[in-house]
Amino acid sequence: MTTITDPHQGQFRLSMLLYDSRYRSMTIQIVALIGFLMLLGWLLSNTAQNLADLGKEPSFSFMLEPAGYDINQRLLEYDSQDTHLRASLMGLLNTLLVAVMGCITATVIGVIVGVLRLSPNWIVSRLSAVYVEGFRNVPVLLWIVFIMAVLIETLPQPRAFRSGDATMSLWESVAVTNRGIYIPEPLFSRSLGDIHLFGASSLRFDVSLDLLALLAVLIAGILTSVLIKRRADVVQEATGVRPRTWHWRLGVIVLPILLVLGILGFYLGYPALKGFNFQGGTHLRNSLIALWLALSLYTGAFIAEIVRAGILAVSKGQTEAASALGLRPNRTMSLVILPQALRVIIPPLISNYLNLTKNSSLAIAVGYMDITGTLGGITMNQTGRELETVLLLMLVYLTISLTISAVMNWYNESVKLKER
Amino acid sequence: MKKTVFLGALTVAGLAAGASAAATLDDVKARGKLNCGVTTGLVGFAAPDANGKWEGFDVGVCRAVAAAVLGDANAVEFVPTTGKTRFTALASGEVDMLARNTTWTLSRDVDLKFDFIGVNYYDGQGFLVPKEMGVSSAKDLDGATVCIQTGTTTELNLADFFRANNISYEPVPIETNAEGQQQYLAGACDTYTTDASGLAATRATFEDPSAHVVLPEIISKEPLGPLVRHGDNEWGDIVRWTLNALISAEELGITSTNIGELSAAPGDNPEINRILGTEGNLGEMLGLDADWAKRAIMAGGNYGELFAKNIGESTPIALSRGLNAQWKDGGLIYSPPFR
Repeated sequence: MTTITDPHQGQFRLSMLLYDSRYRSMTIQIVALIGFLMLLGWLLSNTAQNLADLGKEPSFSFMLEPAGYDINQRLLEYDSQDTHLRASLMGLLNTLLVAVMGCITATVIGVIVGVLRLSPNWIVSRLSAVYVEGFRNVPVLLWIVFIMAVLIETLPQPRAFRSGDATMSLWESVAVTNRGIYIPEPLFSRSLGDIHLFGASSLRFDVSLDLLALLAVLIAGILTSVLIKRRADVVQEATGVRPRTWHWRLGVIVLPILLVLGILGFYLGYPALKGFNFQGGTHLRNSLIALWLALSLYTGAFIAEIVRAGILAVSKGQTEAASALGLRPNRTMSLVILPQALRVIIPPLISNYLNLTKNSSLAIAVGYMDITGTLGGITMNQTGRELETVLLLMLVYLTISLTISAVMNWYNESVKLKER
Repeated sequence: MKKTVFLGALTVAGLAAGASAAATLDDVKARGKLNCGVTTGLVGFAAPDANGKWEGFDVGVCRAVAAAVLGDANAVEFVPTTGKTRFTALASGEVDMLARNTTWTLSRDVDLKFDFIGVNYYDGQGFLVPKEMGVSSAKDLDGATVCIQTGTTTELNLADFFRANNISYEPVPIETNAEGQQQYLAGACDTYTTDASGLAATRATFEDPSAHVVLPEIISKEPLGPLVRHGDNEWGDIVRWTLNALISAEELGITSTNIGELSAAPGDNPEINRILGTEGNLGEMLGLDADWAKRAIMAGGNYGELFAKNIGESTPIALSRGLNAQWKDGGLIYSPPFR
């Protein structure tokens, strides 16, 4: 039997802060914290001092002055007399556009290539390996510039369409030029008009009622389709026979949409060569295509590896059990392997989405007017407010990244193994 | 228990605010090199030649200042800057002066806190188009795709011009002149716009310059000149009067060939003598020696010689003097007196 003696309760001496293990770690942390705060304080006071010496006190009032420059790709209405704030908003929307498009395409490419890389077919798996290694081992900036150069140098100029050297594809509806791709745009002859939000301020925002109506019908259709599926599940549980419902489920989504399109007078506006350029239709600019493709292909290569790792992480017994139950290989993949692999895939997928979004700031290399090109480029240059614009820019990217993280973490919670 | 001694010592690094407002002249002398911001490459104005040596009209100004201050026209570190990076480079002290066809505007002078020390080229913004397009006026450019260097005054002029004429255009922002050239030649834009001098310089590098024309409209005033940071007036004076010395030298007939004899045997023109330091103490007032202007002129010749050698009518760029002739010849180039 041992007795535990109380430690000697001596008086507290200053030296105990360093030599007594009960206090030592606390002392070191406090010293480090003080040092860190002093460094931070020095940086801030130095910056403020130097800016004051230059006569440039930080101020954000320049954001409300007229920008004076034009932006080619704008998702909302904008002209050169709008404020720097609105120009930044155009840039932000362009950043979000390419980020969302990129994340979706990269995921599709990544999942397909990741699965193909595990294919027993030698050629298919090797080709996937070549794609993955080729894209993830070359800096994404080079891919962006390369794709842009290919688009500019190989595709015909709009002028070539007039002289007949080039023709429009897909029944005269799509024009592929070295200034971008012109595709038909959806138009409504009996449009419901727009809702104007925020009046005439820099953040004014028009929402198309036609789009809202279509969205509402689409969501209602999907909800009805889910109800039909639930009912089919109940029938299957009760009788063991699954009723054939796919035509009903498709019908409740497609038919109402067609009906609404008919009511709104839907038609397509085709691009046509007028003057120097094609007019009408939707213009997908070279810069957007180059940036989007490069970011998708580059990030897709990383996602392919993540998907492969996720699939390999699912034990082989699961596959064998699934085939023992008589599931065919593609059903095994979609019903057994991928749902389990998702738990491994989601966390690294988040960081790849963040990377893609941040890499989109390379847009200026091809003249795509994202937020780095507008706020961090032209606005910064015309106003000379380096500190303020860069701070705003950092804040914007931080907000976007944290939002993506939050959404993806929420999704991760919903797919991860529920321990009960 | 034995008394222990508290041995730990907290050493805090001496953190002194590094706000040094030391004179640029002293910095340059201590460094032994002048850091001069130039373009990333615009033939005739500033571009490295086949041997990597920087050549050009703006480069000539840098070399003259280096010769005046350091006594060596080659003691220059050329820092290539884009339209976007140039002001940050100058404001942060990365370069001592900027000689990079930069337009003198009120907001740059006042709000960006720079000092434009003069004008070395009076320019205006023009449009370059392929001849076969059959466009004869900039007002015919409705709906055109326009390549434009981002971060420049030309970007703002362009927006103003098209708005004032109520015609539309599609801007294609590009970062450097080389990119603009590539996109323009590939037909990704219908026209390339920048200062008319820059267009002439760019066109001179094309395979077939005669297939391209600069449209007659000049849509803006672009007085281009060297600039320095606001606040160091002594340094600004040195750069300003070096440029003025080059201009006065042309006016007074001092050239790189006759400068030797003019300074060895002072003539009876007191202003020439004051510039060359054989009379008066102008150099001393600037904080330099008496030979400062002589070295500056010898570095690349006077203003006219620099113009003729780099961008004049005998060069591929073939710019005429026009507005940039001496005031006596009907131009705008005019230096205050050396007195």
